[in-house]
Amino acid sequence: MKKTVLALAAVAGLAATGAHAQNYPTRPITMIVPFAAGGPTDVIARIVTDHMSRTLGQQIVIENVAGAGGTTGITRAAQSQPDGYTIMMGHMGTHGAAPALYPNLKYDPTKDFAPIGLAAGTPIVIVARKDFPANDLKGFLEYLKANADKVNMAHAGVGSVSHSTGIFFNSVVKVKPTMVAYRGTGPALNDLMGNTVDFMTDQIVNVAPQIQGNNIKAFAIATPERSPVLPNVPTTKEAGLEGYEVSAWNAAFAPKGTPPDVVKKLSDALIKSLEDENTKKRLLELGGVIPSATERTPEALQKLVESEVARWTPVLKAAGATAE
Amino acid sequence: MGDFFSNLSLGFGVALSLQNLGLAFLGCLVGTLVGVLPGVGPIATIAMLLPITFGLDPTGALIMLAGIYYGAQYGGSTTAILVNIPGEATSVVTALDGHQMARQGRAGVALGIAAIGSFFAGTVATLVIAALGAPLTGLALIFGPTEYFSLMVMGLVFAVVLARGSILKAIAMILVGVLLSTVGTDLETGEERMTFGLPFLADGIDFAVLAMGIFGIAEIMRNLDHTEHRDVVRQAIGRLLPNKDDFKQSYKPVLRGTLIGAILGILPGNGAVLGPFASYTLEKKLAKDPRRFGRGAIEGVAGPESANNAGAQTSFIPLLTLGIPPNAVMALMVGAMTIHGIIPGPQVMTKNPTLFWGMIASMWVGNLMLLIINLPMVGLWVRLLKVPYRLLFPAILMFCCIGIYSINSLPTDVMFIGLFGFVGYMLIKFGFEPAPMLLGFVLGKLMEENLRRALIISRGDMMTFIDRPISAGLLAVAAILLVIALLPSIRKGRDEVFTE
Repeated sequence: MKKTVLALAAVAGLAATGAHAQNYPTRPITMIVPFAAGGPTDVIARIVTDHMSRTLGQQIVIENVAGAGGTTGITRAAQSQPDGYTIMMGHMGTHGAAPALYPNLKYDPTKDFAPIGLAAGTPIVIVARKDFPANDLKGFLEYLKANADKVNMAHAGVGSVSHSTGIFFNSVVKVKPTMVAYRGTGPALNDLMGNTVDFMTDQIVNVAPQIQGNNIKAFAIATPERSPVLPNVPTTKEAGLEGYEVSAWNAAFAPKGTPPDVVKKLSDALIKSLEDENTKKRLLELGGVIPSATERTPEALQKLVESEVARWTPVLKAAGATAE
Repeated sequence: MGDFFSNLSLGFGVALSLQNLGLAFLGCLVGTLVGVLPGVGPIATIAMLLPITFGLDPTGALIMLAGIYYGAQYGGSTTAILVNIPGEATSVVTALDGHQMARQGRAGVALGIAAIGSFFAGTVATLVIAALGAPLTGLALIFGPTEYFSLMVMGLVFAVVLARGSILKAIAMILVGVLLSTVGTDLETGEERMTFGLPFLADGIDFAVLAMGIFGIAEIMRNLDHTEHRDVVRQAIGRLLPNKDDFKQSYKPVLRGTLIGAILGILPGNGAVLGPFASYTLEKKLAKDPRRFGRGAIEGVAGPESANNAGAQTSFIPLLTLGIPPNAVMALMVGAMTIHGIIPGPQVMTKNPTLFWGMIASMWVGNLMLLIINLPMVGLWVRLLKVPYRLLFPAILMFCCIGIYSINSLPTDVMFIGLFGFVGYMLIKFGFEPAPMLLGFVLGKLMEENLRRALIISRGDMMTFIDRPISAGLLAVAAILLVIALLPSIRKGRDEVFTE
């Protein structure tokens, strides 16, 4: 008797999830963005979900839950009901660098999520103050090595993209400039333009307008190809620096246990959004890199997360950078 | 000069189109209505309302967002005056005398002078941006960590002058504020400080949480144990709008406040925060009878409110001319512009002149809208005070909880306003004032971070603060101010009697 009840319950449960997934979504979906509204990840999330909402026939509402380098929001999203009505926009920091930076992290980027897909990459650019005594990456690296104790590197706080990519840069070129922390990219750029600090590495969307306005110098962009937004800035490889290719990617995830057909629906909507001309145009204007067809799948994202955790952990641990 | 007028006429051509006028009005109205909720300041309001601008063209969207910003900023002052809950640092000062005025039945006058002072300041600031925006940009860049630290030192001296009672107690409260500001993850090292391992303290204490608890919740508790006080607020409503005498008392503070606010607003890293505090300090020092301050002096509302609005406006300068946001609200505006396909930067002015000048002109339009919306609403807000307190306070409490939860969606924030409310109530009982503590809290973090930044860059050389002329000048002013503040208290034992 008991068994029958259990079996019935199981069947009913299956039927319920089945029906649920078929009709999904029947109400608005919340996407948790683990950063303040207005930042690069928030902007990308809003652009991409704008079109996804139309495909799914339900509004995707952005909820900004900022804090602790994005890990507060991701922790909350990871622990929410895996029913497809709470998803999140993770990025290089929350799903790559975080395990090394936050030893007490409450989630495992490689195990606790159902990846939906990569949304957009934002390349990293190496920039310096306008009157820095070097005009190309080669001269810059020579100066850095000769004057390591004099040079100041700015970053937007421990756990930020500019911090992680900056440490990575230092480990690749084997220098140790003095690190100066700012609360966010804005104040850091302000002091870079005021010639108070010497250089930094940051996302293209933050620095491109200042490069175009000749307020700061760009030495190289850390992607395999040049960006149409900054056609005159060479890639790191072209400029003679091997091993420094890095992008602050942004990707959508659902909590682990979200039904696969729900994830599939979300993933299809994301891919469709990335094929939309208007979405593409808006992402490209930001200097964003739109993932290729093979990079857009949930499987590709899972691989990316695994390789990113493997890449950042030793780099950041060696630099002794933790946020706890 | 010809350029100036052709630019402005281009701007007004854009801003005065029927659609943009409507959007400015709508933005100001919605901003005011949302911003008036306790704890919901401009940042939360803009973030909440950002999606409704998605369907608009970029210029219209930005005009509406700017309207939301002014509206929310002004709505915050309304809450500060009516229920003593400052939503953000800049309205703390307004709460000091504004709420006292409300208790004396002069809420309408306080709200009216705030609206009129803000409009005047907004008009002047718009002209400053249009005429001097580009050359003033340099000022933001001169201010490095060294200068900023010295500016903050000067700000802390304001906090001492701000106190209306014992100077010793004021200094104690400033230090508590500074101490509270050090809670959270250390910026340079990433170490957690004074968080007791509690994850929700890792990012420190939110200003809105602290201010709402210490001011708002504590105020409710005090009202509940003083039945007679709340009846005063309820019965005597008095005039709705300021009269000739009020204007006579206020026009100079408005002028001075506008000047101070406009200058400080241009500085990076939230320099605008200091504007209202500086204006209040100045008015108190210039007043014939400084003891009126803190007990409903109209100058204490007129000056700081003008400074607040002038600063809110001129903080657009670094954003518009450089694309660098000087504070969190402007960072959000950057995001909003980016979403609409305008990447803020030095090129916006030349690439999108209609957007650039249209936005500047719309600032003035927005300020006019605020005046039009708010003067008739004064009566409505004041009537709110007639609601019996036993019905009003649960509503205020509920809105506080909703407001604070909507900012970070953290249940712990709601519990924290309760805790800080209790602390605030104890402070009132023991005669300590919360305003210097809040200023200490705001300045403490900026001060520490800039001190360390300056010393890291100078490789530990303290002389950097004296070698740099602007920094040295600011420190000298701070020293002089401190002497002026301390002298009378040493001589006369200062105004120590007034504790409620």
